Amino acid sequence: MSEPAPHTPAATRPIHYRYFMNLGPQHPSTHGVLRVVIGLYGEYVLSIEPVIGYGHRMHEKMAQSRQWHAFLPNTSRMDYACCLPHQQCYVSLIEQHAGINVPPRAEYIRVITVELNRIVSHLLWLGAFLLDLGAFTPILYCFDDREQALDILEHLTGARITHCFFRVGGVLADIDEACAERIRSFIARLRSRFAVYQKLVTDNIIFIKRTRGIGIITPDMARRYGATGPVLRGSGIAYDVRRQQPYSVYREFDFDIPTGTTGDCFDRYAVRVEEMRQSLRIIEQALDRMPEGSIRADVPRRIPLHAGHRSFSVEGARGEITYYLVADGSDIPYRLKVRSPCFSNLSLLQELGEGMLFADLIATLGSLDLVIPEIDR
Amino acid sequence: METIITGTSGILGMAAVAAVIIGFVFVNATALGYIERKLCGHFQRRLGPMEVGWHGILQMPVDGIKLIAKQLIAPRNVAGILFYLSPLLALAPVALPLLVMPFAPRLQALDLETGLVFVLAMMSFNTFAVFLAGWSSNNNYSMIGALRSVAQNISYEIPILLSLLTVVFLARSLSLRHLVQVQEPLWFFLQHPSAAIAFIIFFIAAIAETNRSPFDLPEAESELTAGFHTEYGGIAFALFMIAEYTCMFINCCLATAVFLGGWQGLWLPLGAYGSGLVFLIKAYALMFVIIWCRWTFPRVRFDQLMNFSWKYLIPIGLGNFVLAALMTKI
Repeated sequence: MSEPAPHTPAATRPIHYRYFMNLGPQHPSTHGVLRVVIGLYGEYVLSIEPVIGYGHRMHEKMAQSRQWHAFLPNTSRMDYACCLPHQQCYVSLIEQHAGINVPPRAEYIRVITVELNRIVSHLLWLGAFLLDLGAFTPILYCFDDREQALDILEHLTGARITHCFFRVGGVLADIDEACAERIRSFIARLRSRFAVYQKLVTDNIIFIKRTRGIGIITPDMARRYGATGPVLRGSGIAYDVRRQQPYSVYREFDFDIPTGTTGDCFDRYAVRVEEMRQSLRIIEQALDRMPEGSIRADVPRRIPLHAGHRSFSVEGARGEITYYLVADGSDIPYRLKVRSPCFSNLSLLQELGEGMLFADLIATLGSLDLVIPEIDR
Repeated sequence: METIITGTSGILGMAAVAAVIIGFVFVNATALGYIERKLCGHFQRRLGPMEVGWHGILQMPVDGIKLIAKQLIAPRNVAGILFYLSPLLALAPVALPLLVMPFAPRLQALDLETGLVFVLAMMSFNTFAVFLAGWSSNNNYSMIGALRSVAQNISYEIPILLSLLTVVFLARSLSLRHLVQVQEPLWFFLQHPSAAIAFIIFFIAAIAETNRSPFDLPEAESELTAGFHTEYGGIAFALFMIAEYTCMFINCCLATAVFLGGWQGLWLPLGAYGSGLVFLIKAYALMFVIIWCRWTFPRVRFDQLMNFSWKYLIPIGLGNFVLAALMTKI
């Protein structure tokens, strides 16, 4: 079945031609509380207007009203699907600003847990994306694997979703030999499972028809909207904060930055699947080379942050996370600004989706991997 | 006429047949619901219902009671009586084809000369009910689901008719009983290449006709929440579900009777009533395939769905029909 370019009615049709429909705030495929007001003409989407803010919890304001360490739990509640990069970003920012040196073992543990968290997030995305495409089964397979990773993270951090594991100057708990063994067996297990996903998903003719050539983001468009993460890399731009501005100990690991060629939904899918493999490689290397030593630097209980401003970026599962801190010399931040990758990625949707078929809009929305509470904060 | 009602007559006989068929519809839908949930569980590496009864066998009756006990909530501005009528309209016609279904040599309520036409006519009522449900719900999701359903059903009824016509042409009869009887030595599916092709076309189109995944666009969950039955709860929802399962089951029965030799074939000494078991085994095997497809494939897109019917199934069906005509003449 080769699809001819669908007849796209002009987006300039009079407004009374449109059949307005709310996707959300409660809708199975907006994954949270996103609301998208779409104007339909038959099966074609003429206009898209994302409405955000339903999950606003004033995280940034909260940061301004408490000591810096008391904000740590908040960081893990912005992006609930992949919270450790947020924590890493925040603690690294404070450490840099206060000039605290982190023991190398702690940095390795951070890398291992962050990469595990990235895998957890990508597995969740994979299942949810296929659910958007109408395949009910893969999400259970993904959750099966995700559980294994969550068990390890739970063992380490004490929480399954909102891990609060990093501390300024180190991490909360050590990875002992038994835990390392568990992580190794998880790596072996997930590697063997990629063949299952290949058969069940990647080679599925309907899946290919639904994602190839759908929702094409050109490199220029991705740049204009400030897209980052797999959305940007799917368009063929090999931008990864771990490689461009290496932080933590990422310089010491050997890993590839997968990129797509056309920037369609399939490329974004392929990039994320490949990223999981690369994360496994990073974890493996980190486990092998983990240095001995303490896991937490000796940090005073109160650190007044000297006046000034500073930002720090990490690569989250969805793209570049930046925390921007303005300190005024007290131990309470004067201002903390969070740059969420999902906001920029969502902005793409309007230009991307106009003139699309309704079902393709759902597929495209799914392929952007949005976590709405991170946008709303 | 050898039928299940041999020996009874008039009003009493009709009442007995009606009771048996209504009972069968509900029991069958319950059983299929349980099988689907259990199979789905195992396809998804979990167990499915396990709590109520042995291996959750009482889960579906309990769910049924829950649905019956629930309050019927109609949103404001629904189209009054049509809103309540459409679940009934969905269920009633799909139960009727069971009247003419030849389950076994003596297990058939009524052998109409035009049984096949009767079944097809009754089955197409379902579209009507789905459209009314979507239209009367005063809900955008329902409306789009209903429109999709109409377009889909119109497109897929043509390949169904073409594939059945092929067999009618070979058997020279519209009576379902006769259609089964002429498959005495060998099933049509094995007997004739064009019947085999027709079977595949019929089966694909039947999945689409009954709005099942991967063609479940009228109730595409990720797009339209629950599609045409978004606003229905309680017993109204249950009636739609029962209608959907019965619809699927009838399509499987039709495939069994027309292509797979009906009650014949497993060569079990079951007699004039007992060979209905063979028929049911075949029909349930087809149901298994439908359920298997549902839990494996993603959903196709609307234009792909339409293209598949108009550009592939219908031309192949027409060609196949001509092939059957030529082969029977030569």
